[in-house]
Amino acid sequence: MTAAVEISLNVNGERVEANVLPRLNLADFLREHLELTGTHVGCEHGVCGACTVRVNGDIVRSCLMLAVQTHNATVETIEGVSDSGEIADLQSAFRERNALQCGFCTPGMLMAAQDLLKQSPCPDREQIREHLSGNYCRCTGYQAIVDAIETTARARAGRLT
Amino acid sequence: MTTARENSETLSALDRPNSYIGKTVPRPNLDRLMQGRGLYVSDIELPRMAHVVFLRSPHAHAKINGIDASTAKQMPGVIAVVSGSELSTVITPWVGVLSHLKGLKSAPQSAIAVDRVCWQGEAVAAVVASSRAQAEDAAELVSVEYEELDAVTDMRTALDPATAVIHASLGDNLAFERNHDAGAVDQAFAESDEVVEAEFVFGRHTGVTLEPRAVVADWNAAEARLTIYQGTQAPHMVQNIAALHLGLKESQVRVVCKDVGGSFGIKVHIYADEMATYALSKLLRRPIKFVADRVESFNTDIHARDHRCKGKIGVTRDGTITAFEIDDLTGIGPYSMYPRTSAIEANQVVNLVGGPYLTRNYRARARVVFQNKNVMCQYRAVGHPIACSVTEGLVDLAAMKIGMDPIEIRRRNLIADDAYPCASPSGLRFEQLSHHASLAKLIKMMGYDALRAEQTALRAKGIHRGIGIASFIEVTNPSAAFYGVGGAKISSQDGVAVRLDAQGSVICQTSITEQGQGSESLTAQIVGSVLGVSMDRVRVILGDTDITPYGGGTWASRGAGIGGEAALQATKVLRKNILDVAAAVLQSTPGDLDIVNNGVVNAADGTPRIDLSELARIVYFRPDTLPPGIQAEFMATRHFVPREYPFAFTNGVQASWLEVDTDTGFVKLLKHWVVEDCGTIINPQLVDEQIRGGVVQGLGAALFEKCVYDERGQLTNANMADYLVPMSGEMPDIDVGHVVSPTLESELGAKGAGEAGTAGAAAAVTNAVNDALRPFGAIITEIPLTPQVILTALGRI
Repeated sequence: MTAAVEISLNVNGERVEANVLPRLNLADFLREHLELTGTHVGCEHGVCGACTVRVNGDIVRSCLMLAVQTHNATVETIEGVSDSGEIADLQSAFRERNALQCGFCTPGMLMAAQDLLKQSPCPDREQIREHLSGNYCRCTGYQAIVDAIETTARARAGRLT
Repeated sequence: MTTARENSETLSALDRPNSYIGKTVPRPNLDRLMQGRGLYVSDIELPRMAHVVFLRSPHAHAKINGIDASTAKQMPGVIAVVSGSELSTVITPWVGVLSHLKGLKSAPQSAIAVDRVCWQGEAVAAVVASSRAQAEDAAELVSVEYEELDAVTDMRTALDPATAVIHASLGDNLAFERNHDAGAVDQAFAESDEVVEAEFVFGRHTGVTLEPRAVVADWNAAEARLTIYQGTQAPHMVQNIAALHLGLKESQVRVVCKDVGGSFGIKVHIYADEMATYALSKLLRRPIKFVADRVESFNTDIHARDHRCKGKIGVTRDGTITAFEIDDLTGIGPYSMYPRTSAIEANQVVNLVGGPYLTRNYRARARVVFQNKNVMCQYRAVGHPIACSVTEGLVDLAAMKIGMDPIEIRRRNLIADDAYPCASPSGLRFEQLSHHASLAKLIKMMGYDALRAEQTALRAKGIHRGIGIASFIEVTNPSAAFYGVGGAKISSQDGVAVRLDAQGSVICQTSITEQGQGSESLTAQIVGSVLGVSMDRVRVILGDTDITPYGGGTWASRGAGIGGEAALQATKVLRKNILDVAAAVLQSTPGDLDIVNNGVVNAADGTPRIDLSELARIVYFRPDTLPPGIQAEFMATRHFVPREYPFAFTNGVQASWLEVDTDTGFVKLLKHWVVEDCGTIINPQLVDEQIRGGVVQGLGAALFEKCVYDERGQLTNANMADYLVPMSGEMPDIDVGHVVSPTLESELGAKGAGEAGTAGAAAAVTNAVNDALRPFGAIITEIPLTPQVILTALGRI
């Protein structure tokens, strides 16, 4: 085991200084060191998407990234994008459409959905399904999630015009 | 929605002004989950908490000749390394049998293996450390000396005399056998115009809950009490079992169930590693946390559906089905699971085959054998996907043989909607089903004739699409007949307590649990409707054995039907109690008053009389002003269990429309339809989402999911990259319709809906694939329908 490394980063708008072992992954760092437990760990090998967070504006699998790689980075988690109000409309659409059951995939699903809507304001259902294809949900069968994202996209597009 | 039978007289308590029954309303408290502020077991941290990692056997079957943990114990942060024999000083072994499953046998199972391991993944030692990473580091340094034994892996040869017997004390590898013979099967086959046989093969698969199993066990030595935080579907069952095997009274065990990241039957059992975690907490006198990682989940979460079932159907030229016969074989791993046993799935297959149809001639044999693989047990829709795939597969083969349309043969053989009550050839009692109404609705929803025309047109262009139909029945609302009669201390009744608090809001405690189905919502909808208060005033508390009434929990499609009825009855009592006091305060009579929109009103004209908050203020703070002799009881508790029917059967029908690429063997799902009948619908959106989620689990089984074992009993795809699950890109949109036949066994009239989707999805897909491949003369009766299976059937590989 190598010695701990000092890192400095911005998490949800707050400056964070920490000493972490090089082997510590970002998901465990967020959950266990910063107690941001909204980021979930489902498969620990980058397949299920439950641990999806944003690093410097891009979504990443936090189980596949090391905490030390986030030195000087900006990290945003579900707690951050919830408190800022950035995805309030998306969350509202998920609520109305019951696009979550157990809710374990939901933080990652919301992060992935918001990423899509930022890149592509009016995705069709196939594009939505394609973009979510790395986020596993065992409960819903996905249709309600696709509906909620489609509804949000249309509402946002309507606001723009 | 089609209502098959009116139930107006008994719906009075629900059919009130501003009723939430039958309405889509959002589930309460979803923000918590959407903002990442839920509390799953993996999120829980307690003072002095240590983490356990289990060292697991790499062999399917081996003797343990020695365990050397001396180096591991020196590692940083390590608190203890505990073997099976050391742990057996605090916890007793168990045997997973039930007395009503006659002849079912199993061997004693320990929390951690003692002397011998029986499957790859069985725990051989527990490493407890300050952090999980430290425990994992130390586990690598525990040295176990194994002596490999012959592994029994193929269920087809498990009963051969030449095959090793896994548990010598049991004499052989046969765990359970059931035979059933009804009507005159041989005569029926003899008199049939055609008899068709096939062997149906099902891939062993598993639940893959996104949150793995997790437990925090906290033995407080000073209180002599164990608090178990666990994502379980059945808290009181866990309380009973933990107390029994740790030598405690139930009152010394509290089970708390907060948010649960998926269950589907995976989290309704008692697992050896969970028992070990409880025991370690008692042994080490501190909180212990166990969170399975994904590889452990694949190796230890129960598997299901490892069946090979031979089926036979007789049919006359006019399309009358004359008889069904099956011979089912299933391998369950080395132990029958505890406490629900691993014989239930095979038992269900025998119960359910042929269930939707008229024929009285039915013969079945089911054999359940031990293997050196992970344990198998009840997973969503237990036995139904097997029974449905066999039945519906045979019906389609019979139709094909006599050249009849699959819809037509079903029309001629499904039990008539006016024939109820009646019983199936296996003795199941049906109160009221609606096969024909459901089928008619399905045909309309899918535009059957137009799809057939499209199929024909596309075939001419070399595009091979298929339509698959599958009728099904589903066991819901189980009475004590499921487990209680066999001696298991698993409650079939549920209880609900409702109280009006001092500001006129309602607190409701229910013994059913929430894993995302909407238990909290349906309870609040019922309480709010019956009482006359808005849902935002109803707070529902679930999942705590110290707080809620005693009950079964949420499994076997029972939450709404049983827990919902208890909520209805408790709220009726509370409502009466409130109106009695209101009448005394208002110098009126209870019959002249009603509760609407959070206030007491005149029943006749709706004139507001007193707000509930004001009434509660008087009752709680100024009872001195109440008339003499009035004691308010603003809390009421009621329990419910079905007594008339052992199970409230539901029914439905599914259809799949798909395309097979005959060059690559890939199947593209284009559309899926379901019509089901779960009786009274409390929240249409939640019912539809249960159906959709259930269908997709069935589609996973149909196309992707299989635990692949090699001949030595090694699970070769124990990760989510190699074990394929349905993802959004491959799943179709699913249209859901309903027929409503309420059960008269309860005032609510609700039956279950949680497993209907899973019951019939694979059967519909398999029938559709065979329909698509009809020009090639290929018949497939094996799932998952991988490209390899399809190309093999086409003779391409």
